[in-house]
Amino acid sequence: MDTAVMVDEANIKGTPDASAAGPASKRIVVAYGFWIFLLSDVVMFSALFASYAVLVRATADGPAGDELFNQMSVAIETACLLASSYTCGLMSLAVNARRSAVVYLFAVVTFVLGAAFLNLEIHEFAAMIARGATPQRSAFLSAFFTLVGCHGLHVTAGLVWLAVMMAQVAIKGFRPNIERRLLCFALFWHTLDIVWVWLFTVVYLMGVRS
Amino acid sequence: MNLLGKLSWSAVPFDQPIVMGASGGVVVAGGLILGWITFRGYWPYLWREWITSVDHKRIGVMYCLLALIMLLRGFSDAIMMRAQQAVAAGGAQGYLPPEHFDQIFSAHGTIMIFFMAMPFVIGLMNFVVPLQLGVRDMAFPTLNSVALGLTASGILLTNISLAVGEFAKTGWVAYPPLSELQFSPGVGVDYYLWSLQISGVGTLLTGINFVTTILKTRAPGMGLMRMPVFCWTALAANLLIVAAFPVLTATFAMLLLDRYLDFHFFSVAAQGNPMMYVNLFWVWGHPEVYILVLPAFGVFSEVVSTFSGKPLFGYRSMVAATMAICILSFLVWLHHFFTMGASADVNGFFGVMTMIIAVPTGVKVFNWLFTLYGGRIRFTVPILWSIGFMVTFVIGGMTGVLMAVPPADFQLHNSLFLVAHFHNVIIGGVVFGVMAGFNYWFPKAFGFRLDERWGRASFWCWLVGFYIAFMPLYVLGLMGMTRRMQHYDNLAWQPWLVAAAIGVVIILAGIVCQVIQLVVSIRDREQLRDLTGDPWNGRTLEWSTASPPPAWNFSVLPEVSAIDAYWSSKGGRTPNRAFQPIEVPTNSAVGFITAFFASVIGFALIWHIWWLALLGLFSVFATILIFAFRDVEEIEISAEQIARFERQARTEVA
Repeated sequence: MDTAVMVDEANIKGTPDASAAGPASKRIVVAYGFWIFLLSDVVMFSALFASYAVLVRATADGPAGDELFNQMSVAIETACLLASSYTCGLMSLAVNARRSAVVYLFAVVTFVLGAAFLNLEIHEFAAMIARGATPQRSAFLSAFFTLVGCHGLHVTAGLVWLAVMMAQVAIKGFRPNIERRLLCFALFWHTLDIVWVWLFTVVYLMGVRS
Repeated sequence: MNLLGKLSWSAVPFDQPIVMGASGGVVVAGGLILGWITFRGYWPYLWREWITSVDHKRIGVMYCLLALIMLLRGFSDAIMMRAQQAVAAGGAQGYLPPEHFDQIFSAHGTIMIFFMAMPFVIGLMNFVVPLQLGVRDMAFPTLNSVALGLTASGILLTNISLAVGEFAKTGWVAYPPLSELQFSPGVGVDYYLWSLQISGVGTLLTGINFVTTILKTRAPGMGLMRMPVFCWTALAANLLIVAAFPVLTATFAMLLLDRYLDFHFFSVAAQGNPMMYVNLFWVWGHPEVYILVLPAFGVFSEVVSTFSGKPLFGYRSMVAATMAICILSFLVWLHHFFTMGASADVNGFFGVMTMIIAVPTGVKVFNWLFTLYGGRIRFTVPILWSIGFMVTFVIGGMTGVLMAVPPADFQLHNSLFLVAHFHNVIIGGVVFGVMAGFNYWFPKAFGFRLDERWGRASFWCWLVGFYIAFMPLYVLGLMGMTRRMQHYDNLAWQPWLVAAAIGVVIILAGIVCQVIQLVVSIRDREQLRDLTGDPWNGRTLEWSTASPPPAWNFSVLPEVSAIDAYWSSKGGRTPNRAFQPIEVPTNSAVGFITAFFASVIGFALIWHIWWLALLGLFSVFATILIFAFRDVEEIEISAEQIARFERQARTEVA
């Protein structure tokens, strides 16, 4: 049924609207709280994005983005992370269906893709540092390493979290609180994807254009 | 390799008698208190009922206690500064050397904003909001306890800096390049940064918790437009926390990277940009002003309405004004540094926005006045603070609008006129507000009222003392005196600074009265006892339950059918519903343990003790992991237990 029709019918019947229905269920409360946390995390990233935008030309006669970024490597990184978001979605579906073997399978695939992403990123950083493009070299490089590195740290935390969640599923099974945590993990992982899409655009695409 | 990093005995300033006397006093007093607790065998009680409690009421009380202690600490800094400036005129150097004076004004600002005003406001919200919403606890009770622990951890680190090492000498804003390693090589700025990073995480968790609580867990029937105004202001303040504190975290992280790993965000070398710090700092800083003052506005709304015996005038406009301020507060940050050199258009925009944000505040003042108008006002201590606020805050607001004019600001920037302005709004708004709230909700928290006579004495000392202490600073600002001066040559300033010092002594008398008020009230608690749970003839749901409320707040969840839910149900018969068993969250030590390791990590990072920092980080992870694997999250309170509590509460009233 159309949502607007449902709302109208609820009003006609005189049932209280959602805002007056009393405390929400725990699943809603937890997911909502986690959404708010993710928004705060996005705000933190936005401060780093703003700093990067301010400092992107402050290369102090050092290398600029177009000399440093390897498009091929970044493209593979992006593919890994986007694919991991897809497998993470499949994992969520398996959780809803309570099929633990499938959950483990997609958790492992998600983990491997995430680890591959991180591995490529670390290699990219190492290569830049090896040719003298360290974060100490210029304000631009400070901002670059901090912004991209902060996202990388988030991915690392996500991997640890995923491993812990698999242990929890194995030991405790699909209890309501475990399911809520898996839901939060999925939200977290997809958010990292969204942040990466911005990062890819602002840092790598715009970086090589100029 | 040095296992203790930069830490050695030379970090303790044995050669400075003032510092050693103060920190020695703190150590002795703290030792005496801890000894007394041990001697009386109170540890098991404290551990069980307070330290590991996840009850929002207990956590709220602990926040307020921290804030009151930090008020004393921050105020002693204030009195030292006023004493210094009253004497250090002409050739005189006063009694505080520059490097010590610099630490004092930095610590004063940091402590008063982050560790006095913030915990006090958060403490009041913690105690009151779930009760006003008619629910049993916050959305995330254990997270609440972790947030309290992290705040306490930040407070601890800042106070350790008194005895071990030094505090920042950069002012409470820590602007680079001064706060960069090159110009501040000591540990002072690191103390500042790490204690604020740790407590900032706690504040962010609080913000998330409150937004979720207010938007997702309200009593049945309490639609958004039936929420008490205090809940609305708490919602706005916590939305601001969620949107502003991450910016502070990112900014401080960048400064830390500059200091620890030689990055170049804000440095003068390698094309860093110090003004970017100033911008980012105030993108957080201006909303922070409203994070503090909006809940205070909420307190005044409750107090004015209760003691006028009238519903709040213009509820809807109050809500609209609150949310308008919430949004506009992100559009004015540049007025803190018109002198940066932005173009006239940019300065003009922020000047105009600053004047616009005064409009919703004006709406609020008129709403309060119209609520008072025609009311049968009872002149209790909370309403005295509220009326004192209305007069004082309007003056402070008008000097603020004056400085919103960029050309005027070019003259007044960083002068004592500015110092007078923000004390005028923060003391007149926030401090008066939390004092009103403290007196108003104290009987709900402890079951007895605070002594009125000492409360009134305290109010009058604060009010008179405030005017004598800060009005001279406006004059001094117009005479050209800048802030943060350890000594000065212009003898014409001295009489005004002596007057200001006298004002601070009168405020001190006000604080002494508050301490006496607390002691006298505890002594006379039997005479001041309130058995009804509703000592003020209140209007909102917190007054409908017992004082102090049981762990489960409401034995039966209230049904809300109007604004001022409790008032509208008064006179009607309370439906005698059967009690159901209630689940309450179990105690948890995770907040305490996390805070302990957070303090360890902070201290280790400040002193470059890398192994200890890693160990602490791993311990925090292990703590959270163990917590995630626990099985029992809630315990059930049986229906009989609830019935017994209710019977007892009713017999006491009869």
